[in-house]
Amino acid sequence: MFEISSKILDYFGISSDFSVIVVVLVFFVYGLFALTFASLFAGITSWYERRIAGRMQSRIGPNRVGYQGFWQWLADGLKCWFKEDIIPKDTDSVLFRIAPYFVFTGVLSTFVVIPFSPTIVGSDMNVGLVYIIAITALVVAGILMAGWASNSKWTLLGGIRSAAQMISYEIPVALSLIVVIIPAGTLSLQKIIQMQGGAPYNWFIFHNPGTFAAFFIYFTSALAEGNRTPFDLPEAESELVAGYNTEYSGMRFLFFLFAEWMNLYVIGAIATAVFLGGWRIPGIAYEVQAASLWLQFVGFIIFLIKALLLVNVIIWLRWTLPRLRIDQLMIMCYKYLIPLSVIMILLSVFFTVIYYSLPFLSLAVRIVLFILSLIVAGYFGYRVYFNIKYFPDKTYLRWMI
Amino acid sequence: MTLEERLNLVKRENEILLNMGPQHPSTHGVIRFIVRADGEIMVEALPVVGYLHRGIEKLAEQTPYTGFIPYTDRVDYLAAMFANHAYVMGVEKLLGIEVPKRAEYLRVIACELNRIASHLIALGSMAMDIGAFTPFLHGIRERELINDITEMLCGARLTYNYMRVGGVSKDIDDRIIKKINDFLDRFLPGFIDEFNRLITNNEILVKRCVNIATVSADEAINFGLVGPNLRASGVKWDLRKNMPYSVYPELKFEVPVGEGFRGEVGDSYDRFVVRVKEMEESARILKQAVSQLPEGEILAKVPKRIKPPKGEVYSAVESARGELGYYIISDGTENPYRVKIRTGSFSAMKAIHIKSQGCFIADLVVLIASMDIVAPEIDR
Repeated sequence: MFEISSKILDYFGISSDFSVIVVVLVFFVYGLFALTFASLFAGITSWYERRIAGRMQSRIGPNRVGYQGFWQWLADGLKCWFKEDIIPKDTDSVLFRIAPYFVFTGVLSTFVVIPFSPTIVGSDMNVGLVYIIAITALVVAGILMAGWASNSKWTLLGGIRSAAQMISYEIPVALSLIVVIIPAGTLSLQKIIQMQGGAPYNWFIFHNPGTFAAFFIYFTSALAEGNRTPFDLPEAESELVAGYNTEYSGMRFLFFLFAEWMNLYVIGAIATAVFLGGWRIPGIAYEVQAASLWLQFVGFIIFLIKALLLVNVIIWLRWTLPRLRIDQLMIMCYKYLIPLSVIMILLSVFFTVIYYSLPFLSLAVRIVLFILSLIVAGYFGYRVYFNIKYFPDKTYLRWMI
Repeated sequence: MTLEERLNLVKRENEILLNMGPQHPSTHGVIRFIVRADGEIMVEALPVVGYLHRGIEKLAEQTPYTGFIPYTDRVDYLAAMFANHAYVMGVEKLLGIEVPKRAEYLRVIACELNRIASHLIALGSMAMDIGAFTPFLHGIRERELINDITEMLCGARLTYNYMRVGGVSKDIDDRIIKKINDFLDRFLPGFIDEFNRLITNNEILVKRCVNIATVSADEAINFGLVGPNLRASGVKWDLRKNMPYSVYPELKFEVPVGEGFRGEVGDSYDRFVVRVKEMEESARILKQAVSQLPEGEILAKVPKRIKPPKGEVYSAVESARGELGYYIISDGTENPYRVKIRTGSFSAMKAIHIKSQGCFIADLVVLIASMDIVAPEIDR
């Protein structure tokens, strides 16, 4: 945003006395843009997720408000806004009131470093990834606060579960990101994207076997950190009623859900930026893209498509898989994901060093990994075909109900 | 005196007393568990029953014999046909009535449809308690077709009141038979396979259920477990085979027992798989029963006023939740002197109490679901 501010200053010839005002204004506008984007995304995803769930469960899902029920998210938001804000007796009312905003802020703050295009980014920090890992700790604080302040045993159990889970899973998230930082040599998200190519085999996910595995480790751990199924223990509705947000109602309750759906985009966006080439367009050099506004827009769309595909996968997982138990969750983190990501770091170091002396090996490994993932995608397609073919009832296969 | 004192609950240090229920998403109705937990690990879960007690057994004493049939539907709303069947069988035994063959076949068809519907709910809600929502709704979808069939058969979708003393209330026609055949065609290879792919063989579900709350064969007999819960422990006991009633001897079917499909014999996963296999067997029974259906009367000659002679009788059927017994004492008047209902869910409560000791809170949910508890059946 500093670049844009300086361009505006130059364009209008504003003297340096007022430059602070302009910079603050630009950042304010960008903040509003990020908030609007995140809120719209959370709202529309809430509708989209319920529609997908409906299709998967042979039912219709919300389809009354607007075309195919598209405005359902707005209706739900309004409903929650008008509901009574109940604060139960004997709660720690201050903590109870502010806890949702901690969660909300924790997720929204990551939008500072999440890029949309080569120049449209809140702040291209040189420690961007560290910032993301650090700021999401606010979410843990908020959830623990909500669980404790509600003064209920179920919410306390939910809060403590989530604290244990989220803090544990931050380790594999950070370690799997390090795997990419080694070949990239930087922590800045924009620089990491810049170093990848537009074509799929130039992405960091195919850089070497280490990063390939690291992508899946990151994706799994990010799901767990974001409390999504199969790791949604903090709000396991069949065990803990509703977990840490049992006692909440109205707008405060909505803020938790807001944060959860915004977090979907954050998971998808970080994975896109770090592993999947971000906003790079195949065949177009970085300098050309950064100079043209149209190409930046195309890059934004490409970024969005990649992120939304990952969000889609998360939604599929949520409506397919059961939930793990708390000890199985911890075993998976400490016994499998952390040692595995450490091994991947070593692999990544090994390959990065080898590529310096054997550049042709780099291309070969990339193409092999790319073909491997195509085979996996092909198998997925075959399973979808298989399931459709052998299911007796074809009425649920219509595009829209 | 508080309830905790009355129940002699001694709370130790580091323990929390959690009140699970009467309203809780996974107690499957209005049951209460007092959970003593040390963090996530439970010391014990004490069931407190009685929140749904409606005095159905007492109602029988003021109701004529035929008038009590609708009440039996309310004992177990998910498997009401079996309650009908057990009760009218008892009254028929008292009266010494021979039921026409066609009526017996219709009873078997209705009961086996009901067994599939009940198991679909049991399996679906167990999957839902473990966190998978989709299998439950797939189960509900198939059950909807069964509900349609029973609606055509007897006009009701849940509390059927289908059976009469001496037969059944309505005859079956070709339309219904076609509908049953359509359902079976879709159910037996198609749905069961999809269900197994979706949830039964899901590795997370297996991990959650295997070796959880293992009930050995001896323990199961001592707890008084019946039905799928008993068979999952490896005891081959099915009233349809061991104490044959109705026309079950004429039908060919297997009795699936727990074999320790992934872990020990009698764990929660065995109880899950045994129910899936029982649905398959029920579908096979239905196929035979529909094809062998004889012609004839559907109601025997029964006196207008039912006044059984003095005496007592115990009649039991293999319900979806195991042995469902009606003990009826007649004193020669129009009302029964006493009716005692023996249900499977009630004896499962003790098993839950003992088996919950030392497992996780998340496992308690699995245990309750795997025992297939239906709250009104516990309290009557």
